[in-house]
Amino acid sequence: MLAAVLIAVVVVSSIGAGLAALLVVAEHFFANYGPCSITINDERQLTVNGGGKLLSVLTAEKIFIPSACGGRGTCGLCKLKVLEGAGPLLPTEEPYLDKDQRESNVRLGCQVKVRNDLKIEIPQELLAVREYICKCAEIIDLTHDMKQFRLELVEPQTIDYVPGQYIQLLTPVYEKSSEEVYRAYSISSDPADKSAIELIIRLVPGGICTTYCFEYLKVGDQVKMNGPYGEFRLSETNAPAVFIAGGSGMAPIKCMLHHMKNTGNKRKATYYFGANKVKELCLGELMRQFESELADFRFVPVIAAPEQDQNWDGEKGPVTEAVQRTLDNAGQCEAYLCGSPGMIDASLDVLKKLGVGEDKIFYDKFE
Amino acid sequence: MSLTSQMSYALVVFVSAVFTQNILLSNFLGMCPFIGVSREIKAAFGLGLAVIFVLTVTCLLNWLAYHYVLVPLGLHFFRFILFIIIIAAFVQFVEMAIDRFSPPLYQRLGVFLPLITVNCAILGACLFMIIRDYSFIVTIGYGLGSGIGWFLAIMAMAGIRQRLANERIPRGLQGPGITLIIAGLMALAFIGFAGVLQGS
Repeated sequence: MLAAVLIAVVVVSSIGAGLAALLVVAEHFFANYGPCSITINDERQLTVNGGGKLLSVLTAEKIFIPSACGGRGTCGLCKLKVLEGAGPLLPTEEPYLDKDQRESNVRLGCQVKVRNDLKIEIPQELLAVREYICKCAEIIDLTHDMKQFRLELVEPQTIDYVPGQYIQLLTPVYEKSSEEVYRAYSISSDPADKSAIELIIRLVPGGICTTYCFEYLKVGDQVKMNGPYGEFRLSETNAPAVFIAGGSGMAPIKCMLHHMKNTGNKRKATYYFGANKVKELCLGELMRQFESELADFRFVPVIAAPEQDQNWDGEKGPVTEAVQRTLDNAGQCEAYLCGSPGMIDASLDVLKKLGVGEDKIFYDKFE
Repeated sequence: MSLTSQMSYALVVFVSAVFTQNILLSNFLGMCPFIGVSREIKAAFGLGLAVIFVLTVTCLLNWLAYHYVLVPLGLHFFRFILFIIIIAAFVQFVEMAIDRFSPPLYQRLGVFLPLITVNCAILGACLFMIIRDYSFIVTIGYGLGSGIGWFLAIMAMAGIRQRLANERIPRGLQGPGITLIIAGLMALAFIGFAGVLQGS
């Protein structure tokens, strides 16, 4: 019995190995196109070994083009522009490309073979999404239930993102969770510093990732994340900007304010920060600093129900009411909202009532 | 069986594989490329030719491997694994060779080869030929017939789909939905051939 099993295993393995060897030899002679260079968006250059399909070559270089069928040419998702070196359009690609796409050199990544130097164009978003290994470098208490985490990048060592974008943080398996989960957090740090990011996280009672970050994550620990993602960003106009965000919704706004300072942006900006209690206010000093450093910036903390003993003399009540009371010429403004769905929906109503165009309201709902 | 009777049996199996036992329309094997690459006649033609070629040759290779390696060693049950390995290796090898030595042929036929590496019609035909206990000569007829049958089916489908391209199809049925319905109707039509020949 044992002998039979052994013979079976040996025979099948050796046939497999023989065929594999044949293929390796054949590949060496037939499919060896030598080193080829791939120029991406005119800025990055890869040197790869020719012979493979563009899609798999890019995947090996950690550039992930979406593909559902795994490179068999049946889903048509892996479209990208190949400007030079792809050769004629293949019949396997024709069904997936319309006239405009053919004229602008769109090809299917899984069908184009790398046999010579290529020039390709990939949407910036796809190019930028990567996995990062980081080290937790600093944890600061902002309020009783919010902390700021500084993650220094280990591999790769720098990150490029648009202020307002978010990353997905990997929560490893730990005592209170038996599976790995990803949770999205907006980047809050100064975008000038590409070697690290900061996140502002508010403890969600019972939350898998926030509990991990608050109770288990220690300075010096290694964490993984991927990104950046998201369309929430400052427009390029000069319209006065109104930011409305409370709690950890401050993260992307803080990042945008850093960016405005770095780029010498002179547009008018007002930031309404909503909180229930005075003790929920944070980073007030930094905001005062922005007020003095930015051309025309005002920070308006609004406390819904200030504690008796705090002598709060700022704006009181719901943040939406404060906006309604104090915002001038709303019709010209652009609004940027970030926070819980409830707060965003309430703000949308008020802003529309004030006459802010719907196409001028941008938001990032934390769901 | 004498050689002549084997040859005439091979012819019967061939015709039956093309029509009555059409691997695509009676067994519904090889559906993925059938739906994916049947939008244009040109692409369907190339893929169909590639299937004919690969099906015929791999059936023969697998017949040899089965009868000269697996049967003597009593390892019939390994045929699934072995067949898949042989098909994949053969397709890879042919693709590389065509790509290197004949770019025009690669352009027309070679690009389709990787699409059918894991096509179940090919593995299916290889397994049927074992189950039905075909001889080597009959296997030639069967492999070629199955390939041509698949080719005819995808060509018919591509022709229909090209005509449908400009028709107004309800949104929920567009794409693969209407294609599967057409495939079902074609299968019904092919049932009409059943009884013409009893090939197996």
